[in-house]
Amino acid sequence: MEQQVSYTLDSTLDTVDHAEESATRIATELGFAEDEVMQISMAVREGAVNAVLHGNKYAPDKKVTLAFERTPEDLVITIRDQGPGIDLSGIPNPLAPENLLKTSGRGIFLMRSFMDAVEIRPSQTGTEVKLIKHVRGSSAGNKERS
Amino acid sequence: MSMKLSIRQVDGVTIVDCSGRITLGEGSVTLRDTVRDLLAKGNKKIILNLGDVNYIDSSGIGELVSAFTTTKNQGGELKLLHLTKKVHDLLQITKLYTVFDVKDDEAAAVKGFK
Repeated sequence: MEQQVSYTLDSTLDTVDHAEESATRIATELGFAEDEVMQISMAVREGAVNAVLHGNKYAPDKKVTLAFERTPEDLVITIRDQGPGIDLSGIPNPLAPENLLKTSGRGIFLMRSFMDAVEIRPSQTGTEVKLIKHVRGSSAGNKERS
Repeated sequence: MSMKLSIRQVDGVTIVDCSGRITLGEGSVTLRDTVRDLLAKGNKKIILNLGDVNYIDSSGIGELVSAFTTTKNQGGELKLLHLTKKVHDLLQITKLYTVFDVKDDEAAAVKGFK
């Protein structure tokens, strides 16, 4: 992978699949372990679902931007939508007993579970989600930590 | 690979053999429609065999929860059978593993219905 690749995508379910497949391919190319590749691809899928479904609400005139960047320390994946901006205060804890049997609301929790860091920046022109996975040892890319 | 379902009856219990992916879109809708159809036809003892489900996302988890609660609300019972490690781990971290009735043995699962 080059240092950075980015895609501008329609607000469709195909975009969700494309995002997941890209994440799987790039994380594999960078040498992440199989379980980490799965975690990264699932986190990206959840981020893309949120962008398409909750952010852009499938609007044909709104795009999703997906970018993968390899820094010396991390794989950083940025997903941006053009929706009204997520209200972070309104996200319930999916592990709370009263929420366990809800049929939605686990996407951000899964992203946080699978990645080393998740940064969510809502604004009036859209939401930006950064998914960060640390490169560990020599198993991923060319980075070796002392 | 999208999800495929096949349905069989064993001693009055409906077993839905699922394979592929339960994800937002077709996979989730297929599962939802199947469970609702079974309940509408009076099949209220249901086992979802997830042994060949290799991928599930948060929407798929939501569909499992929906199938479980819909069945329960209609006086039925739904069990999960043969979880793959990926699905098992997902249900663990979402704290749903203990909510669902999860079985590893089909014959025991069939016998376990009230």
